[in-house]
Amino acid sequence: MIIQSIWLAIAFPLAGLLFNGLLGRRLGRGVVGIVGPGTVALAFVVGLFAGLDLLALPAQDRAIVVTLWNWISVGSFRAGMSLLADPLSVLMVLVVTGVGFLIHVYSIGYMEHEEDRLYARFFTFLNLFIVSMLILVLADNYLLMYVGWELVGVCSYLLIGFWFRRGDDPQDPVRLKDGELVPVPANLNPADSGKKAFIVNRVGDFGFALGVFLIWTTFGTLNFADVFGAAPEIASGTVTVITLLLFVGAVGKSAQLPLYVWLPDAMAGPTPVSALIHAATMVTAGVYMVARSHALYALAPTTSLVVALVGVITALYAATIALVQTDLKRVLAYSTISQLGYMFLAVGVGAYASGMFHLTTHAFFKALLFLAAGSVMHALGDVIDIRRMGGLRQKMPRTYWTFVIGALALAGFPLTSGFFSKDEILAKAFEFSPILWALGLLTALLTGFYTFRALFVAFWGSARDQELFDHAHESPGVMTWPLILLAGLALFGGILGLPQILGVDHALAGWLHPAFADLEGEGAEAIHHGLSAGLEWGLLGLSSVIALLGIGLAYWFYVANPGWPADLAVRFKSVFKLLVNKYYVDDLYDLLFVDPGKALARFCAQGIDNAAIDGIIDGGARLIVQGGAWLGRLQTGFIRHYALAMFLGVIVVVAYFFLR
Amino acid sequence: MPIEIPTLNFIALAPPLIVIGTALLVLLFDLAVTDKRVLGYLGLVGVVIAAGVSIAMGPRPATTFQAMAISDGYALFFNLVFLATAGLSILIAIDYLERHDLQRGEYYALLLFSASGMMLMAAATDLIVVFLGLEIMSVALYILAGFNWRQLASAEAAMKYFILGAFASAFFLYGAALTYGATGTTNLNQIGLWLSGGNSDPMALVGLGLLLAGFAFKVAAVPFQWWTPDVYQGAPTSVTAFMSVGAKGAGFAALIRVLRSGFGDSAYSADWALAAAVLAVLTMTFGNLAALPQKDVKRMLGYSSIAHAGYILVGVAAASESGVRGVLFYLLAYAFMNVGAFAVASALERRGEFSTTQRDYAGLSQREPLLAVAMTVFMLSLTGMPPLVGFWGKLFVFRAAVEAGMSWLAIVGVINSAVSAFYYLGVVVQMYMRAPAEYSPRLVGEESDAKKPAAVNLEVAIGTAVLLAMLLTVVLGLWPGPVASLVTMMPLG
Repeated sequence: MIIQSIWLAIAFPLAGLLFNGLLGRRLGRGVVGIVGPGTVALAFVVGLFAGLDLLALPAQDRAIVVTLWNWISVGSFRAGMSLLADPLSVLMVLVVTGVGFLIHVYSIGYMEHEEDRLYARFFTFLNLFIVSMLILVLADNYLLMYVGWELVGVCSYLLIGFWFRRGDDPQDPVRLKDGELVPVPANLNPADSGKKAFIVNRVGDFGFALGVFLIWTTFGTLNFADVFGAAPEIASGTVTVITLLLFVGAVGKSAQLPLYVWLPDAMAGPTPVSALIHAATMVTAGVYMVARSHALYALAPTTSLVVALVGVITALYAATIALVQTDLKRVLAYSTISQLGYMFLAVGVGAYASGMFHLTTHAFFKALLFLAAGSVMHALGDVIDIRRMGGLRQKMPRTYWTFVIGALALAGFPLTSGFFSKDEILAKAFEFSPILWALGLLTALLTGFYTFRALFVAFWGSARDQELFDHAHESPGVMTWPLILLAGLALFGGILGLPQILGVDHALAGWLHPAFADLEGEGAEAIHHGLSAGLEWGLLGLSSVIALLGIGLAYWFYVANPGWPADLAVRFKSVFKLLVNKYYVDDLYDLLFVDPGKALARFCAQGIDNAAIDGIIDGGARLIVQGGAWLGRLQTGFIRHYALAMFLGVIVVVAYFFLR
Repeated sequence: MPIEIPTLNFIALAPPLIVIGTALLVLLFDLAVTDKRVLGYLGLVGVVIAAGVSIAMGPRPATTFQAMAISDGYALFFNLVFLATAGLSILIAIDYLERHDLQRGEYYALLLFSASGMMLMAAATDLIVVFLGLEIMSVALYILAGFNWRQLASAEAAMKYFILGAFASAFFLYGAALTYGATGTTNLNQIGLWLSGGNSDPMALVGLGLLLAGFAFKVAAVPFQWWTPDVYQGAPTSVTAFMSVGAKGAGFAALIRVLRSGFGDSAYSADWALAAAVLAVLTMTFGNLAALPQKDVKRMLGYSSIAHAGYILVGVAAASESGVRGVLFYLLAYAFMNVGAFAVASALERRGEFSTTQRDYAGLSQREPLLAVAMTVFMLSLTGMPPLVGFWGKLFVFRAAVEAGMSWLAIVGVINSAVSAFYYLGVVVQMYMRAPAEYSPRLVGEESDAKKPAAVNLEVAIGTAVLLAMLLTVVLGLWPGPVASLVTMMPLG
C-alpha cells in the first residue's frame, strides 16, 4: 500500500528542491522547469494513491501513522518523525500538490523574464514551500506540525521578498469629482513586506508555541491521537486556554483580525506566490489546524465562539476595504482575508467539514483569480492598478473568461463551487445564530459587488491607457492552461459537496467523516441538520439572490452608470478616505508597535550595545594593552635596574619563607 | 682508613656522555672539515643516538656516582625534551648561520655541551651536581648568545645574560650552602629524610628561598625575568630557539626534583607550593601583558616564553604527581611549538638582519603558504587552542591545579590564555589579512626593488625543522594519548 510510503509525497519535492537548489543554475531553465513542477506532480500522484488506499480501508481504520524515525527522545519527552495519513491530511495533500502543481506550471511562463539563477531560485523556494506545507499537514504531532508551520513562514518570507531589490511602489492618488486628491498609500517594497509578514506572524507563532507548551505540560505528550484521546478528562478551563493560544497562531498564519495586516503587503511577491501561498494553501493552515484539533475545540465552546466571531467580523471588515482598492491583487488579498473569515466562521460553529469544503473550493477559485490577475500583469508589464486597465476582454479572452468564472465562484453565483461551500457555511451559521448568518450574508453581498467592480473596471469598457492597451497580449499556453483547468475546478468543484436537499450525497463530508467521527452529529449525518427542507431552500434562494444582487449592483455602478461611484465617493468622503486608508490600522500599528519597537532597537543597538557593552569590552582591552605598554617601560635595558629588581625579589621570597 | 672506591655507573649517564662525546668529535672535526654544515649534521647524529639510548634505557631507575645522579624515567623523558630541542635547533642553525655568515664549528659543540648540562640537571640528585649541570649549560649559552659578535645587540645580550646569570648562580650557591648548613648534606634524598624526620631550621627555609630564586632566573619567572626579552632579541635566533625551551626545561627539571625529592615530604611543601602559585600568577600575567604591545616578533616570543613559564609553574604549584606529569607534557609540547615558531622567524630573517617585525609577516600566506600555515599552527598551539598540542599541555597543568584545590590559579591561567590570543593571533592576522609589505632595503649596497615584497629563502634544513615541529604539534594534539600515558610511566626515581 502506497499509503505506508506517504513520506514519498514529501521526498519528491524535497529531491526537486535539492536538485534545483544545487544544480539548477548550471543545468538551465529547461531542466528546472521540468524538475520543479514534475516532482510536485509525483507528490500529487502519491497523494492520490494514498487516498485510494484509505478508501479501501474500513472507515474506522482510516488513519495510518507512518513513523520514519524517532526524532527526539529526551527524558520523558518523545517526538517522532512520524506522519499521519487520514482523510483530512490526504485532502490537504491533494489540494496543496494539485493546485501547487498547476501554479508551478504557470510559473514557467510567468517567470520567463527572470535571469537563470533567479529562475532556479524561484523554483527551489516553491518546492521548499511544498515540502514545508506537506510536513505541516502530514505531521502526527504538534511539534512536527510546528516545524512545518514555521517552515512555511520562512518560505513565505523568502518568496514575498523574492524581488528584494525593488523599492516602494507609489500609487496614483484618487481625484474626486470636487477636485480633491485623495492620496492612496504606497505599496510596501518586497523586502519590507517580507519582514512585515514574518514579524507579524511571529506574534501569532508565539501564541501557537505557548499552546504547544501548555499541551505538553497538560498531557505529557504532543502526539495528536494521545492528546485528543486524553482531552475529555482535562479541565475545560485548561482546554479553553490551549485552544485560544493555538488560535492566536491561526490568526497570524491565516491573516485574521487583528493580525491580518501582513497579507495585503504580501502581494509584493511574484503572483504565483500570492496564488499558492497567500491564497490557496499556507493561509489556510490555521483553518486546517483548528479542524485537526477539533477534538479540543469541541470541548471549548468559548473558544469556538471566539473563533466564529473573529471569523465573521474579519470577513465583513476585509470585504469593506476591498470595495475601494484600486490594486487588483489587493482586492483579491482582502477578499482572501474575508473568505478565510468564512472558514473560521464554519469551524467556529462546529461545521469542520464545511470549513474544509470552503477551504478546498476557495483554493480553486482564488488561485484561479490570482493567476488570471498575474496573466494581466504579465501582459501589461507588471501594471496592477485597475484604473489603468479597461477593455482587456477583447485582448485576452482566455484570461478574461477564466477570471469571470473565478469571480462568479467567489461571488457565490448559483451552482458554482463557491456558491455551495459558502451557502453551506451560512446555513450552519444560521443554525447556530441568525446574527452570524446575517453578517455573513452581508459580506456575501459586498463580495459580489467588489469582485465584479474589479472585473468590470479591468476588463470592460474602453482602454484608459492606450499605450498599455496596445502593448497587452494574451499569455502563453503554459499560463492559460492552468487557468482553464482551475476554471473547471472552480466551476464544478461544488460537486464535492452538493447539499442534501438535492437528494445526493455530500461527497466531501462523507470522505472526511472518519476524521471527524469522534464528534457527535458531525460529518455525513450532520448534513441532516436541524433545518427544515423549506427553510434550507429559502436560505439557498436567499444566497442566490444576494450574490446576484451584488453582481447587479456592480454592473449598475460601473457599467450602466459609471458616474455614480464618483458621486458616492464625494458624498461619503470621510467613509471613502477611511476605506482607502484601510481604517488607518497600518498607521495605528506603526504608531503603537513599529515605531516604539524601532526606537527600542535603536536604543539597544546604540545605547546599550555600542556604548555600554562595547565600551566596557573595548575599554577593558585598551586598559590591558595600556598596562602592557606600561610594563614594557619597566624594561629599561640597564643591568643595574634588572639586578636591583632581582635582589628585591630575592628579599621578598626569602622574607616570605622566613616570616611565614 | 680505607679508601672507598666509588661505584661509577657510567651507563646510567650514557645519554649526556654521548652528547659530550659528540661535542668533542665536532671540535676535532672542525680542524679538518671546511664545510662546517657537516658538523651540524654530525651533531644531529649524536643527538639522535642519545635519544635512542634514552628510550632504550627505559624507566628503570639506576643511581650512580654515589647517588649524586640518577637515571630514572623523569630524567629520561627530559632527555627527550632537550634532545628534541637541540635537534630542531641544530637544523635551524645549519641554514641560519650560513645565511648570516656565522658558520663556525664551535657553535655546534657549544650547543651540545649546553644540552649535556641540561640533561645532567635533570638527572642530578645532589645540589652540587645540579649546580654543575647549571653551569655547564649556562656558560655555553652565554657564549652562544654572543655568537653573532659583529652585532652590538648580540654582545650586549651575552653580557647581560652572563652578569645576571652569575648573580643568580650566586643566589643558588648561597641557597645550597645554607641548606647544607642546616641539614648537613647536599644530597636531595638526604635532605628529604632530614626534613621528614621532623627537623626544622629557619636556615633551611632561607636556603629554599634562595634556591627558588636561582631556578626562577633560569626559567624566567617574575621578578627574575628581566634579562629574557633583551637576551632573546639580541641573541641569534637559532640560539634563542634553543635556550627558550632548553634552559627553561632544565630549570624546571631541577626545580621540581629539588622541591619534590628534597622539600616534598616536609612541613614546607605547602609553603613552596603557595610561593610557586604566586610566582605563577605574577609570571604569566606580566609575560602576557608585556607581550601585547610588542612589534618585534622575537621580543614578543620572549615575553610569551615568560608567560609560558607562568603556566608551567601552575603545574609545579599543584605539588602533586599529576602536576609533575602536566609539566612534563607541557615542556615537550612547548619544545615543538616554540622552537617551531622560532624556526619560522629565523626563516623569515633576511641576510644581515636579526629580527622580524610584525610587518615582515604581512601577506605571508600569499608569499609562502606553507610557512604561514606552520606559523598559524604554532601561534594557535601557543594560545592553547584545541586540538593542538599546546591545548593539552595547558589542560593537564590547569587540571592538576584544580585537583590540588587551586581552582583560582587555573582560572587566572585561563584568563591569561585569553589575553595571549591577542598577540599570537595578531601574527596570524598579519599573515592572512594584510597585504605583503613592500620590500624596502635596509642595508646599504642592496639593490632597491621597492615593489617586490621581501623574498623568503626557505632552505632545506630550516624547512625540515618547521615541518617536523608542525607535524608533531598537530599529531600530538590530535593524538595526545601515547605521550600522556608515557608521562605517567616516568615518575621521579
